[in-house]
Amino acid sequence: MVTDMLQNFKQSIVVSLWFVFLTFPLMVVRVNTMNQEVIWRWMNMVWVAIGAFVLSYLWRYMLSRQQMRKQVADEGGEIRSRMQILLEDMSFRYRAMGFILLAALVFPLVFDTYQSTIMISALIYVVLGLGLNITVGLAGLLDLGYVAFFGVGAYSYALLNHHFDLGFWVTLPIGGIIGCLFGIVLGFPILRLRGDYLAIVTLGFGMIFKVVMENWDGLSFGPSGIANIDRPNFFGMDLSLANSTIYIYYIMIALVIFTILVTNRLKNSRIGRAWIAMREDEIACVAMGIDIARTKLSAYALGAFWAGMVGVLFASKTTFINPASFTFMESAIILSIVVLGGMGSILGVIIGAFFLILLPEYMRAFSEYRMLAFGAAMVLMMIFRPQGIISNLRQTYEYKGSKEKIDNG
Amino acid sequence: MADNKHKLLEVKGLTMDFGGLRAVDSVTLEVHEGDIAALIGPNGAGKTTFFNCITGIYNPTKGDVLLHPKGQKTRRLNGLKPNKVTEMGLARTFQNIRLFPDMTVLENVMIGRHCRTNSGIFRAIIKGKGVQEEERQIVESSYQLLEKVGLADFANEFSKNLPYGAQRRLEIARAMATDPFLLLLDEPAAGMNPQETADLEQLICKISDEEEMAILLIEHDMKLVMNISDPIYVMEYGKKIAEGSPQEIKDNPKVIEAYLGEETDA
Repeated sequence: MVTDMLQNFKQSIVVSLWFVFLTFPLMVVRVNTMNQEVIWRWMNMVWVAIGAFVLSYLWRYMLSRQQMRKQVADEGGEIRSRMQILLEDMSFRYRAMGFILLAALVFPLVFDTYQSTIMISALIYVVLGLGLNITVGLAGLLDLGYVAFFGVGAYSYALLNHHFDLGFWVTLPIGGIIGCLFGIVLGFPILRLRGDYLAIVTLGFGMIFKVVMENWDGLSFGPSGIANIDRPNFFGMDLSLANSTIYIYYIMIALVIFTILVTNRLKNSRIGRAWIAMREDEIACVAMGIDIARTKLSAYALGAFWAGMVGVLFASKTTFINPASFTFMESAIILSIVVLGGMGSILGVIIGAFFLILLPEYMRAFSEYRMLAFGAAMVLMMIFRPQGIISNLRQTYEYKGSKEKIDNG
Repeated sequence: MADNKHKLLEVKGLTMDFGGLRAVDSVTLEVHEGDIAALIGPNGAGKTTFFNCITGIYNPTKGDVLLHPKGQKTRRLNGLKPNKVTEMGLARTFQNIRLFPDMTVLENVMIGRHCRTNSGIFRAIIKGKGVQEEERQIVESSYQLLEKVGLADFANEFSKNLPYGAQRRLEIARAMATDPFLLLLDEPAAGMNPQETADLEQLICKISDEEEMAILLIEHDMKLVMNISDPIYVMEYGKKIAEGSPQEIKDNPKVIEAYLGEETDA
């Protein structure tokens, strides 16, 4: 341990010297051509040295700590973090959930419309993340075109509202079901694919959706999009913009809770186990009598269902949609939410969504460095916590029936 | 003696070609009720390919795989998908362990119950009485299987954290959870130390005695095979070269030449 630290220390000094050497001409020497003199900025050199040393040492320290944890894990030791132990404490869980729910309910009353709007978009991504979590996190089917299902839902509402004047509440389940159907339609051709090939085909599907929507003027009104989509009305009353935002916020909260309940049940059900088994080992899974085709299709369909539903809500919130809202970037962000949050973990995905959507939003002050910080955060995350913010916890079962037998044996 | 026992699995002239390579060449084999049959042979003899043909992972080029479940119609397994074969009552383990590493030990066994239960998506979401009862039964029967193979204490561990020998036993428990009447074990003792092998021998005998399962195993550990199996089939270069009781196999000059000969030299 001590030798490790010494080693890290030495290497960090070397790194820092190397950086001083590299940045010397840029940071230290400055030639003032007007006065024909050279300015030596020695302080800069010191800063570079200290900065490089600290960063390098921190980096090495974190890496060696991670290595140590891995060793402990390999020896069968305890690797649960404090966070996980806390999460397994049921009374803490209920109290935390109650507190969060309360905070969520008073949020729009305390903060202004702008804050609520940001929160709504974060909640939209929570639902999208939880939906994709079924396909990617649980069933292990990489989907790079997930935004297409979101778009399908949004366009369903926009078109049904435009042509048939259907209301929000009627279309909400319809949007989900249409999304679901598209999931199944996409699912069929890719039943045999896995890994990279699957990623490419789903990527293509996402692109096709956008291109079709841009060019099929007769159906989708092309790039100019569809405007004047109705907001959800409150028992037939039309609300002002501010009230309507609050109303949508509460609908969104309800939708998130509904999503959490359903995905949580699915996760620990017979179907959920089959999804996870398929992710872990497809051949072993099929040898255990699980129909891979059906399991895959159900994972796609259910993932797409949530995207379709929340797409309807998205259209009603913005009152205007066009194909530009459904780019590959969106798919990438949703996928990042799932991977960053922790594949398969519901809490992880929720935290991931808030992190990835709210952080750029509130970092607008540093607008120039926003994306840089965002990228750096992702890289660091993947190095130090590849399992995501909250790694997936599996349900444990207790079987009391034959406890005595176990004790004897 | 074999004649008056019910014939469960009948393989007739099974041939499997990969391009120009004939991996399995018209192999005929039978497994009767209550048997612990063994399939032995040098590395690359085509034993695992033979298993894969029976369990539907490969579709055999020629020949018949016939299943005669007791009191039911004979079923031909050729070309069926692996999950259908498992539903028919044939369960297998793998030569290189294929557990679900990020699931708990109990969940691994619970997966085996999948094809014997039937609650779908909507019932899982609503989670009514029927589903809860079914879940309870799945947990209970899986737990009992874990007790049988001696892994009940590890029920809530991740299966990747189990020691090697325990992983092998878990694979057997998982296969048994599908309620098969024929259990196919692909090198269950591979990589085990003598103590673990002895435990495995006991376990296999116990399964054969207590459950209504016939067993067909591929194995390299001669001591294990000679102790528990009868009949023994020997394969070399894709062909079956001998079959019979352990004593007959030991005395068969062809087998000694192909396989055991190396051991006496060493």
